[in-house]
Amino acid sequence: MSRHKITMTVNDVEVTREIESRNLLVHFIREDLSLTGTPIGCDTTSCGACTVLVNGRAIKSCTMFAVQANGATIETIEGVAQNGDLHPLQQGFWEKHGLQCGYCTPGMIMSAKHLLAENPNPSEEEIRWGISGNLCRCTGYNKIVEAIRYAADKLAEGDGEGTEETSA
Amino acid sequence: MTHLEDRFEQHSPKPEGVSAKVAAVDEIQVKTPVEVCGMGHRMKRKEDPRFIQGKGNYVDDVKLPGMLYMDIVRSPYAHAKIVSIDDSEALATPGVLAVIKGEDLKAAGNLHWMPTLMSDTQMVLPIDKVIYYAQEVCAVVATERYIAADAIEKIVVEYEPLDAVVDPHEAMKDKVIVRDDKEKQTNHIWHWEAGDEQATDKVFAEAAHVVEQKMYLPRLHVSSIETCGMVANYNKVTEHMQIYMTSQAPHAHRTVFALVSGLPEHKIQIISPDIGGGFGGKVPVYPGYVVCAVASLLTGAPVKWIEDRSENLQADSFARDYHIDAKMACDAEGRITGLKVKTLADCGAADAAANPSKFPAGLYSICTGSYDMKAAHVEVDGVYTTKPPGGVAYRCSFRVTEAVHMIERMTDIMAREVGTDPAEFRRKNFIRDFPYKSPTGWEYDSGNYEGALDKAMQSIGYDELRREQAEKRERGELMGIGISSFTEVVGAGPSRDYDILGIKMFDSAEIRIHPTGKAIARFGTKSQGQGHETTYAQIIAEELGLPAADVQVEEGDTDTAPYGLGTYASRSTPTAGAAGAMAARKIKAKAKKIAAYLLEVGEDDLEWNISQFQVKGSPEQAKTIQEIAFAAYTNHPPGMEAGLEATDYYDPPNLTFPFGSYICVVDIDKGTGEVKVRRFVAIDDCGHIINPMIVEGQIEGGLTMGLAPALFEEIVYDENGQNLTGTFADYLLPTAVESPKWETGHTITPSPHHPLGAKGVGESPTVGAPPAIVNAVVDALAHLGVKHLEIPITPEKVWKVLREAGVTD
Amino acid sequence: MIPGQFDYHAPTTLDEALSLLGHHSGAKILAGGQSLIPAMRFRLAQPEVLIDINGLGDLDYIREQDGHLAIGAMTRESALEASTVVQSRYPLLADTARVIADPLVRNLATVGGNLAHADPANDHPATMLAYGAEIVATGPKGSRRIAIDDFFTGLFENSLGDNEILTEIRIPAPGSGSGGAYIKTERKVGDYAISAVAVQLAMDGDRVGTVRIGLTNVSPVPMRAVGAEAAASRSVLSDEVLEAAGQAAAAECEPSADLRGSVAYKRDLTRVLVKRALRRAAERAAGGAS
Ligand SMILES: Cc1cc2nc3c(=O)[nH]c(=O)nc-3n(C[C@H](O)[C@H](O)[C@H](O)COP(=O)(O)OP(=O)(O)OC[C@H]3O[C@@H](n4cnc5c(N)ncnc54)[C@H](O)[C@@H]3O)c2cc1C
Ligand code: FES
Ligand code: FES
Repeated sequence: MSRHKITMTVNDVEVTREIESRNLLVHFIREDLSLTGTPIGCDTTSCGACTVLVNGRAIKSCTMFAVQANGATIETIEGVAQNGDLHPLQQGFWEKHGLQCGYCTPGMIMSAKHLLAENPNPSEEEIRWGISGNLCRCTGYNKIVEAIRYAADKLAEGDGEGTEETSA
Repeated sequence: MTHLEDRFEQHSPKPEGVSAKVAAVDEIQVKTPVEVCGMGHRMKRKEDPRFIQGKGNYVDDVKLPGMLYMDIVRSPYAHAKIVSIDDSEALATPGVLAVIKGEDLKAAGNLHWMPTLMSDTQMVLPIDKVIYYAQEVCAVVATERYIAADAIEKIVVEYEPLDAVVDPHEAMKDKVIVRDDKEKQTNHIWHWEAGDEQATDKVFAEAAHVVEQKMYLPRLHVSSIETCGMVANYNKVTEHMQIYMTSQAPHAHRTVFALVSGLPEHKIQIISPDIGGGFGGKVPVYPGYVVCAVASLLTGAPVKWIEDRSENLQADSFARDYHIDAKMACDAEGRITGLKVKTLADCGAADAAANPSKFPAGLYSICTGSYDMKAAHVEVDGVYTTKPPGGVAYRCSFRVTEAVHMIERMTDIMAREVGTDPAEFRRKNFIRDFPYKSPTGWEYDSGNYEGALDKAMQSIGYDELRREQAEKRERGELMGIGISSFTEVVGAGPSRDYDILGIKMFDSAEIRIHPTGKAIARFGTKSQGQGHETTYAQIIAEELGLPAADVQVEEGDTDTAPYGLGTYASRSTPTAGAAGAMAARKIKAKAKKIAAYLLEVGEDDLEWNISQFQVKGSPEQAKTIQEIAFAAYTNHPPGMEAGLEATDYYDPPNLTFPFGSYICVVDIDKGTGEVKVRRFVAIDDCGHIINPMIVEGQIEGGLTMGLAPALFEEIVYDENGQNLTGTFADYLLPTAVESPKWETGHTITPSPHHPLGAKGVGESPTVGAPPAIVNAVVDALAHLGVKHLEIPITPEKVWKVLREAGVTD
Repeated sequence: MIPGQFDYHAPTTLDEALSLLGHHSGAKILAGGQSLIPAMRFRLAQPEVLIDINGLGDLDYIREQDGHLAIGAMTRESALEASTVVQSRYPLLADTARVIADPLVRNLATVGGNLAHADPANDHPATMLAYGAEIVATGPKGSRRIAIDDFFTGLFENSLGDNEILTEIRIPAPGSGSGGAYIKTERKVGDYAISAVAVQLAMDGDRVGTVRIGLTNVSPVPMRAVGAEAAASRSVLSDEVLEAAGQAAAAECEPSADLRGSVAYKRDLTRVLVKRALRRAAERAAGGAS
């Protein structure tokens, strides 16, 4: 078993820790960094509850070793709001009731963040496929889809200098 | 036997002063302005800011200084003698502090067995034999999670395998005895029945049509995305046991812990923090919890135990597993006259169901559903098998889903038998007069079944769909339309009949108004996503006119919240919600006295207006609730106690009976057998609506959880009792792609006996959706002679009937 | 579900990776980790040494050159989805990438790992069999090319040497009149196939010229449906020919019964999917490519 000193930027903060090679990224984030907003829901890479962004890409942090993220930039749910302002996705989930127990929510938001970065104007179908790696047991997904669509509209509004009203 | 009938009169006393006849409307009632946000407002949830920012506090987020970790060794056999357990290598591992075995629990005061909620017993850790696959065998306590995981690999358990018995029909033959600890050497646990057998036989003898169908409602798992877990923190000096636990019923669990452990109840504090979904799976006490608490007792340190998903799926309580044989009788005019049901309930290795004590088969006798019939008789037998114990709800009231699935399937089968459109047939047989006394002894509080069905048919364009179906059938394309017009029964319950381990199923609320007019309200229930922090605040806002934003709602800490039975079976609004309203009314009564004193008028001269008491005829003379609150602490009438607070323990006079009509449209691929849900319209009636947004969310979520067993989910065992669906790779939760875009709507038929006219809603869709989907699939295949399909309807099941009928691609 | 212990190395060059592989006999390559890490969490795989090749950025590319499409072993599935050349000229590959696992897994999972894993349930093996692709394996003595037909040697077994790394996949560039399609039936999104069929064909007038068909998850080793190929090649794809090809595939596949279905169902499903994939490939060849 090897131990490694790793350094990465998590939510704009550089962190350095010494860890065991087998330490899963999700445990590193939750336990070593005490960022418990990223939960765990399964052991077969099936639920997406643990989704974070590594170098801008949404991945399941239970299926990556922390040591692999050495040198990477990581964003977790705790880093999504900026200077106390909720991100449009967070607003969307709140506004559209995109959550119930909240357990899948961080993962959903991180997945959606990547989805909107790649496809700023997704159709309903594209949103559904885009979050198909994330399970939610509570909401039935309708309102999650609406929440993401709300954020897409908000973000477009921000870019397009208020050209159109959102349909929300 | 007429189990319920005996107690029928006391069972449903009519509350004074309310008429049981209530008109249905569609419009949501809103009496308060948006600043107050009482009932009917789509208030954004108060709990959300923490969840959307990753600041929820779930059990696995709890981290205490010096905390140890526990991991569990589980049985690879469904039935086996334990020959030996060698833990020497594990104990020699640095960081491992203890291995806890059945013998240790026995020595600690016979803690190796515990009572279930159904007056049965369940092993905590075995000494002689294991009786289900993945059963807890022993536990390791270590300084780190990873060390504990390594150590369980090093424990060597020698087993002598015994024959498993997986099928309850086989178990009834008593060739393999699951519970040899019992005096009676049989797997048969109990027999239960309701209704009138003779009367039912008579209507069957006179029937023009009789149909019969066997159906199996397979084992399911609730699979909340958060698994179960605990942090137990025993302080050897103060002898105080603090427990963080994924609990839907923290007070009941505290009492169970006190009874099992012998610790005084005031020294036990159970905190149920944020819960990542419950659906019934967090009602039972699992062996892991007990072992974790013992581990903390022994070490005097905090101990954390969090299940893996596979442990959760393989060992925790299941739902359903009912083998049903149903018969329906109908007269020559197409009126249903009777129902006869025999059921085998597979309980697994212990009757650890979460039903009210006197109801071993829950509320299953609601199975005559929305239809008026002369007679019915229902029998259920509970049986042990070598499978995990349980019998929880899966987002439904106690065993109501099984009942509704059966009656809604039978109704469709009978409609086909008599050659009537299933919508027409339902309409003809609906109960119309309320309160309605059912042949199995229920008194339905209110309903408007036809209103909901009409609205669903209009919304989906039923007639047009039938035309489309006929055209498609000509072209050889397969499309089906399915209906379910279900009745739920929720809100247990009247304390005369309903208790859990003897504790009556009331629920409670305590409201304190602070001098500045802000309030804290505590409840005996526990939200797992239902949004209590918001809806309860809205109830109080409605009653007292305090802005909902000014009411902080707390639940889940047994040291501070009033005693309650918890949240499951859609009981929170019917019980604790009602308690909140009643406590608010007590406060209002005192507030009126204070207002009269301040305004120097008589109480009779005052009237209530949204958030103030005003003098009749001169509304400018008024005292707002905030002014009254301030006065309650600064200037209260002489002779009156200071303060403005109240507690209420609400014991509902009856259950509530939400209902709805669902219509589903499916398309079937005749090559692959795949079923696609094209549209699904759900019209629900849960009486008065507190927060329409939350109700929609509850319904949509329940619909996806109803879709799941209809098409995807089932716990499968092989003949040795090994679980073949022990991960999310094989226990198939629907994603956003499988889940269609739900179309929801409502009618409003208030409950005449609930203080707010509300009924409870979170579970109706899980109950109502599966038969609508099955009915749609069968409808698509009916012209091929298909009468019934078992759930989950996998592509292969459809493919099989298609090929048998000579249909291919 | 915690993996066992191991030593970890993160080489930054291929040479370094090969040298580490040569020095550690119990070593395993870690690519996307989306098959290996789940197996390690269940302790079904307990490698003593992991050699993480995610630092080999120069194995991440998609380019058309010398008559073939070259895909670096470390190319992520999501890169295939985003690649215009794949989307426009390799519809079979584009179809495949879309239905592998879910978007989060595809952000890490690699094409090289998918093939090296040699799991008959994985989707790329059938696709690469249909394309008649080549695998480039690099060892201490340099690179060699392995025909895809010779690559899969058993369940989870391939013909890479112990000290070799899969570095590139080469797909012959489709000529004019070519078309391909991948059709998968799965229990839900993210699931492995109940059965799936990959077809790549070139039309010769209104007849099929050459055709190759790969099957997913209906045999212990990823397989080609040569009987179905024979039935379809040099024929007009009439209903009879499609049916004959489908039936040939149903007969030659070797599924086993499991939670996804019985043997009979999987065979018949394969028949149906072969017909559909042939039809769609032919339509695309005829110009309806998008
Ligand atoms: C939930 C889930 C669903 C999935 N569904 C599908 C699906 O539907 N279809 C599908 O095809 N796949 C599916 N997969 C598997 C996924 O595509 C895997 O990523 C893929 O099988 C392996 O790729 P990897 O890059 O992750 O390889 P790794 O997991 O890193 O490695 C897999 C194996 O290949 C070896 N290996 C990897 N790269 C090389 C190399 N360059 N040279 C030599 N050896 C190498 C490794 O040593 C290891 O033995 C799923 C995975 C998950 C978690
Ligand atoms: S916890 Fe990572 S996918 Fe489920
Ligand atoms: S909100 Fe509970 S799992 Fe999604």
